[in-house]
Order: sequence, then structure tokens, then C-alpha cells
Amino acid sequence: MTQNSILRTIAKFLLPIILLYAFYVQFHGDYSPGGGFQAGVIFSSAFLLYALVFGLDAAAKVMPDWVLSTVACLGVLLYAGTGIAGMVFGGEFLNYSTLASEPVAGQHLGIILIELGVGLTVASVMLIIFFTFARRIRTQ
Amino acid sequence: MTSTLFTDHLAAWLVILPLLCAPVMVLLNRSKLVWLLNLVVSASCLIIALHILWDVSTGTVIHYAMGGWTPPWGIEYRIDGLNALVAVIVSAMATACAVYARKSVEQEISVHVHGLFYAAFQLCFLGLLGIALTGDIFNLFVFLEISSLASYALIAMGRNRKALNSAFHYLILGTLGATFFLIGVGLAFAATGTLNMADMALSLQDAANTPLLLTAFALIVVGVALKAAIYPLHLWLPGAYAYAPSVVSVFLAATATKVAIYVLIRCLFSVFEPDYMLDTFLPDILVVLGGVAILYGSLRAIYQEGMKKMLAYSSVAQIGYMVMGIGFLSAAGLTASLLHMFNHALMKGAMFMAVGLFVYRVNTATFDNLKGMGREMPYTFFAMVLAALSLVGVPGTVGFVSKWQLLQAALENRHWGMVMIILLGSLMAAIYVWKLIEVLYFQQPEKLRVQGVSSGSERIGRSPAGMVIALWVMALGCVYFGLDTDLSLHSAQYAVTELLQGRGN
Repeated sequence: MTQNSILRTIAKFLLPIILLYAFYVQFHGDYSPGGGFQAGVIFSSAFLLYALVFGLDAAAKVMPDWVLSTVACLGVLLYAGTGIAGMVFGGEFLNYSTLASEPVAGQHLGIILIELGVGLTVASVMLIIFFTFARRIRTQ
Repeated sequence: MTSTLFTDHLAAWLVILPLLCAPVMVLLNRSKLVWLLNLVVSASCLIIALHILWDVSTGTVIHYAMGGWTPPWGIEYRIDGLNALVAVIVSAMATACAVYARKSVEQEISVHVHGLFYAAFQLCFLGLLGIALTGDIFNLFVFLEISSLASYALIAMGRNRKALNSAFHYLILGTLGATFFLIGVGLAFAATGTLNMADMALSLQDAANTPLLLTAFALIVVGVALKAAIYPLHLWLPGAYAYAPSVVSVFLAATATKVAIYVLIRCLFSVFEPDYMLDTFLPDILVVLGGVAILYGSLRAIYQEGMKKMLAYSSVAQIGYMVMGIGFLSAAGLTASLLHMFNHALMKGAMFMAVGLFVYRVNTATFDNLKGMGREMPYTFFAMVLAALSLVGVPGTVGFVSKWQLLQAALENRHWGMVMIILLGSLMAAIYVWKLIEVLYFQQPEKLRVQGVSSGSERIGRSPAGMVIALWVMALGCVYFGLDTDLSLHSAQYAVTELLQGRGN
């Protein structure tokens, strides 16, 4: 597939659009349908397309394994950290109202951070799953 | 401020600590460091859980509203005597496993996945603790899934190729069980409009007994029964316990099914009224299934050719005792069940730890290869004998205490047949335990074995101290809690009175 110039051109054209859409779903998730999970899947689908068209090795160069597993862990830590921040400022675990001077602003900030954590973890775990299975097929 | 940060949120920290340390473990991925972190976190959770048990034993119920959303809309952690008891069992076993784990994991799991292994262990621990603490039935489902997914991964890491097969088998059946439970929860939500367990119980009090509710009830019970491996839904258990890495066998055998039994008790006695259950024929089913499980599990255990499989089938039988106690529907029966939950965690944990040590030395747990091993490993062997005597129910051990309680409950309810079965079960346990002792101590080894040879800095053919210490702590626990029943019996009795009193606040 790597030789097909139509595929390569279209893929290159689509990649930034998919990524941009992922960011839109991620950061507009607090106002409109969407959020971290959906955005993470869309984000990872861009790299999936890249891997399908340009090959696994090229994709692994862009997203090495250690980056993926690190980002997956950081996402969880960001989630838990936001929850603990709520406790430090005097609320319960995951109570975002205390994060800013105003409860509404705090809720806003909290949900964006939480969803960012979810998005990071989902995107990287989706790619880890894909790479794991794809490599198995290649070695057979 | 830091002091209130901890004391105000004790219930939450119990879940947050493992959640925080799991990703850190993956990032660190240094075997010793990760092991140490695992030990520290498990021990801290044990201390917190004991503190909570102490707090609630004065009669208070701890309420914690996650995220500040007031219940019944938000997720509430509601901790009474029963919740605290289960949390203590789980975290105590996790701590014992953490002490035990290092050498065993070093031998059985390849080094580059140690971080992932311990992270999965912490996630499983987190899920089980969450189930024990939460007061929201959907949140309970989520934790059930977290612990199950983590345990599938843990089981699949076993060295034997059959581990993959068993893990997949467990995955299919476990997912089925979880789905049943989820559909049941969904139907109950449709009937009551709430997911908070206390609130759901309140609205169920005046709800008409519709087919919808009955279906919800049946689905929840069957789903949990699958997770708890209640006969005849136990098929996943023997393979999963037999082929998992030793540490995982210890932890799952000591906690996973117990927590599922707790969910069953919680759903039957707190969410649905006990009277509700009386209208159905469930109590009789539970008693009969418990009886059949005792006979079937013990019989299968007698005919096993490997130590792990034997203990796994013995677990099926021991779960039968707990289920039977629930089926009696009396305070005495429930007390016996809860007590057996704690006691069985101790003795089965100790047994599997001993197996782990044998596996460490001989690389297998089949009887053919273990002949005479008990004489070469006297410390391991005698600790195992203590736990095995508990399994039989010899006076002076924990097994006796809980079986005695169960017998009394059976006599009180005039279930003469069940009295016979309980006694018969003990006899059968004596048979398979004797078989184990005979193989390990009285039979002659067929092959030469390496003994205490030094090579470099390692000594081959010697049992690691950490593993032996953890084993002995558990084995002595079997005797200690058999003689001094104050802590275990009282917390079980206290939990039962709270449970039967109804839901008060």
C-alpha cells in the first residue's frame, strides 16, 4: 500500500483534519457532545491511518512504545492528580468546585483537566492495542 | 492542613492510593523499587482499613460523597461494619501477598513486565477495595469490572500455556456474570429511579412486586453467583487458580470470591429486603447449592493430581459453606458466613503460599514431582500442615470456629441434612489433606533434587525468607484467630446485627 500515491496523498491531506477534529471534540467536550474518550479514539485513528498507509515502522518512529506507555500513565496521573487537588483545596476527591475562586469556573477547569487525562490515556492505549496486534500478525 | 487532608478523606485514600501508584509502577518498571512501592501502598491501605474498622465499630457509619455531589444523586461511599470488615480482609491479604511476592515474581514473571504485573495487581486490589467501600450499585459494577479485567491479565501471565486458556475462559464467564449483573442493575434502576443502594432499598420497600423487580433480582443474583463461583457456576475457578502465577493464586483465592460473596450478601440483605427473598425459593436454593458445592468440591479435590487444582476445588467446597450460611437467613448463619470469609482467606492464602514455595523449588505442583518434598522443606511443610488442619476444621484452628458457627446455625434451623453434609465435608477435607501430607512427607522422592548449592551470590534450592515469613504469618494467623476469636467473631457479629437491623444511618 505504501506505493499507492493516491492513498498517500489523501492520507496526508486527512491526517491534520482528523487531529484537529480530535482536539475540537476534546476541548469543546464540556459544551457539546464529546469528551476525552471520543477524542482519544479519534486522535488515535489518525495514527492508525498513518500506520496503515505508511507502514508500522514509520508509525512506530512517530510514536515510539515508551512514549505511548508513558503518556498512558501520565493521563491516569493527571486524572487522579486533579481529584487530589480538589481535596487539597478543601473539597472531596474529584470536587472541582474548589479548584478556582468561583465554583463554576472550578468545575470548568476540573472537567477539562479530567477529560484531558482520559483523552491522553485512551489515545495511547488504543495505539498500544493496535501495535500489539499488528506486530503479532507481521511476525507470523 | 495535611492532617485533615488525610483524616477527612480516609475512605477515599483507600481507593486513591492504589490508583495513583499503578501508573507510577508502570513508569518506574524497576523490579525491586516497584515491589517496595507495592508493599508500602498495600500496608498503608491495611492501616487505613484497620483505622476505619476501628471507627465504625463504635456504631458510626462513614459517609463520603465523591466529588461533593450529594447522595443519592452522586456516588457515595458508605462504610459500616460489614464494608470495613471486607476492606480489612482484602488489604490484609494484599499486604501478605506483597511481602511474599518478590522472589516468586522474579522467578515466574519476566523482568521487563514486572512494572505492569504489580500495576495490574494494584488495580485488582483497587477494584476489590472499591467494591467493599462503595454505596452506589453502578459504581460497584465499575469496580467489579476493574478488578476482573486486572485479574484476567494477572492470570494470563502464568508460565504454563494453559494460563492463557484459563484466563480467556474466566474472561468469557466473568464478562457474562458482569453483564447479568449490569442488566439486573439497569432493571432495578428502571423500577426505582436510583442507583444509591440505601436509597434503592427505601424505594423498594413500597414498590409492588412486579415481574420487572423479580427479573432484576434474579439477574443480579445469578451475575454475582458467577463471580463468586457458586456451584454450578464455578467452572472458571479451578483453571484460573491453578495456572495463575503463585502470588496471583494466593491473592485471588484469598479475596476475589470473598468480595463477590460480600456483594451477594449486600444485595440480598441491604438492597432487597430479606422478606423479599422469602417470597422466592432462593434461600432453599442457596442452602442446597451450598450443600452440593461442599460435597462436589471436596470429592473433586480428592481426585486431583496437582496441588493447585486440589486447593482450587477445595475453594469451591469452602464457598459452599459461605453460601449455605447465607441461605439459612439467620443471624447465626450470616455470622458463620462472614467469619468463614475471613478464616478461609487466611487458610487458603496460607495453603497457596505453601504451594508457591514448592513451585519455586520444584517448578511444578503436581504430586508426582512433590514426593518427599515436605521433609526437605520442613518450615514450609509445617506451616502448610497448620493451614491444612484449619481446612479440615480441627479445634484450635480458624476452620473449626467458623464450621462450629455454621453447625450451630444449621441446628438452630433444624436442617439435619445440612448438618450431615457439613460434617461429611470436613471428613472429605481430611481425606484430601491427608493425601497431600502423605505425598509430601511419607513418599520417597523419585528424583534427586538440588539442595542449598551456592552459585555466585545466589543459593539454589533454598526458600526465600520473604516467602517463608509471609507463609508463617498466615499460618500462625490460622491458629491465633482459632484460639482468640474476639476480633474476627465480634466484627462479624457486629456487621450482621447492623445488616439485619435494617438500614438506619
